Amino acid sequence: MNNPQQATHNDALLTIRNLVKHFDISGGFLDQLKWVKGKIKRQRTTVKAVNDVSFKIKSGETLSVVGESGCGKSTLARTVLGLYPPESGEIIYQGARIDDLSSAEMLPYRAKMQMIFQDPYASLNPRMTVARTLEEPVVFHKRARTANDVKAKVAEVMEQVGVDPQWADRYPHEFSGGQRQRISIARALTVDPEFIVADEPVSALDVSIQAQILNLMMDAQEKRGLTYLFITHDLSVVKHISNRVAVMYLGTVCELAPTKRLFESPRHPYTQALLSAIPELGRLKPQRVKLKGEVPTPINLPAGCVFHGRCLYADDRCRNEIPRLLLYDGDVHIACHGVEEKRL
Amino acid sequence: MAPLLEVENLKVKFALRFGELTAIDGVSFTLVRREKLGLVGESGAGKSVTGFAIINLLSKPGYISDGKITFQGQRLDKLSDEDMRDIRGNRISMIFQDPMMTLNPVLTIGEQMAETVLAHQKVSKAEAMEIALAKLKKVYIPSPEERLRQYPHECSGGMRQRIVIAIALLTDPALIIADEPTTALDVTIQADIMDLMVELCADEDMGLILITHDLAVVSQVTEKIAVMYAGKIIESGPTADIIHTPRHPYTQGLIQAIPGNSEAGRRLNQIPGMMPTLTDIPDGCAFHPRCGLSKDVCQRETPLLLPTDNENRLVACHKIGLKNNF
Repeated sequence: MNNPQQATHNDALLTIRNLVKHFDISGGFLDQLKWVKGKIKRQRTTVKAVNDVSFKIKSGETLSVVGESGCGKSTLARTVLGLYPPESGEIIYQGARIDDLSSAEMLPYRAKMQMIFQDPYASLNPRMTVARTLEEPVVFHKRARTANDVKAKVAEVMEQVGVDPQWADRYPHEFSGGQRQRISIARALTVDPEFIVADEPVSALDVSIQAQILNLMMDAQEKRGLTYLFITHDLSVVKHISNRVAVMYLGTVCELAPTKRLFESPRHPYTQALLSAIPELGRLKPQRVKLKGEVPTPINLPAGCVFHGRCLYADDRCRNEIPRLLLYDGDVHIACHGVEEKRL
Repeated sequence: MAPLLEVENLKVKFALRFGELTAIDGVSFTLVRREKLGLVGESGAGKSVTGFAIINLLSKPGYISDGKITFQGQRLDKLSDEDMRDIRGNRISMIFQDPMMTLNPVLTIGEQMAETVLAHQKVSKAEAMEIALAKLKKVYIPSPEERLRQYPHECSGGMRQRIVIAIALLTDPALIIADEPTTALDVTIQADIMDLMVELCADEDMGLILITHDLAVVSQVTEKIAVMYAGKIIESGPTADIIHTPRHPYTQGLIQAIPGNSEAGRRLNQIPGMMPTLTDIPDGCAFHPRCGLSKDVCQRETPLLLPTDNENRLVACHKIGLKNNF
């Protein structure tokens, strides 16, 4: 744990400690052999997608993870659910470690933790009717005993997400994007989960449909007391629905703060640049924080602070020492030497 | 000032087996040099088809069934394919959403840029390369000499889109049509690209038609906005007026539906239902089934795009057109 103060909170539904996820992309044995200075050497290439990420999600809150493409936010979401095994670190759900469980041991948690994906065209099986898609998890997780109970359960959830239960015998292609996303949400809700990871659930939808889906998700949260881990790149969506926001850059969390504070007074230089780039309706930004250069590849992470190459305030310490995520003013976590040294 | 582009009552139809679909139904707008117009709407509103129709890139079975497109005094809709090639990519350039789809993966950046120059101008290969280099500098690509020798896959998404813009600029066009140029990019890169486009329009004396679904982006960039719904422009006018005092119920709903403007955590204003598909556009006002204000007249008669407070501010809504008689 980076910070002893954090450890005293007990109301966490989910705790992530020093989570690391790397992907080996070096291919087969022969692909790994490289000719280096007259010798054959075996080299491995790894994508360092998530590096030492720690945070807690409180019961009933919406924690958003934002960041630009390739920052590791989706990998983080999938690792949390156990879809990817982490390299190291701990995932603790309601006080129990779940990152090292076998599939059988994991089963009860799977029903408590559900996922909604970005693309409602890809995440629904085109050869299964809506009824079969929705009945499958109910039966698998034994949420209803008889066939009639299963049907009733599915109809109830369909009603809740605003899809007429009479359409249960149709196939996904007969629905629009917004309707399909409602069905994806229904599929997550059929097993009465406590915790939902939503990976860009509204990014593929038009604005008017996006509003419908966000309203649906907020309603479901209120009625069922759901906890959301919301992954998105859309900062206006984040501003609207989340209680707290974690900003990720190159696999690390650089700032984690309550939504209002983050948007009013971002402190990490990257957060400042990111927020100043959001186009706001009819309000011209007086000064945009422009970043130099581009995001480095997660294969060769920069030494020290991952952001130092693009940061306007980087000094020697930033280039050599990795900043820790420290707590400021009670509820803001920032990983920045500049903030720690009070020069920012 | 004579308009750079004048589109009058443009209609685009798609001839299909079961009959004809009207994708664009009477779209009109004008654009002068240096002016930037935002064409806004949700998927299927017909904004991209409008863009394609202007440069005559409609693929079969789509065709322009009616209307006039006048560009610098020349009727584009009547031009032969050959004459059109002289305009397309030369005096009017188009930028698409996905730069990886636009760039040829097996040619170096330099080769494909030179190819474009050579297609339109009588210059040597070396001169074409010089022009390419100058344009890459214009869009702020670092170490442009090196980039000319690289392939598209060696560049990042933002860099690729800059290269696509540089290609669009090669022939010093008078008009650029940008179809969702930043939708596939991250916000920080989007902001850079938009700043660049605004700067280029002023520097190069170009007009810009920005086609996008993102009202926030448009509001930062363009002087005028035209909002499209089901193949028609339903509201148009100066950007600030549209954003701050939208008159059409659809525009109002669209603006209120954008998260981030309303109080956090509250229900967002949602427009019920969805945009009709082209096969079953409702009679009368196409928006009436989703409109909270709809009355009998909306179901019967199609509202015309009429001026309101001033001649630049057009709205197609019976509530506004009929005033007290509504």
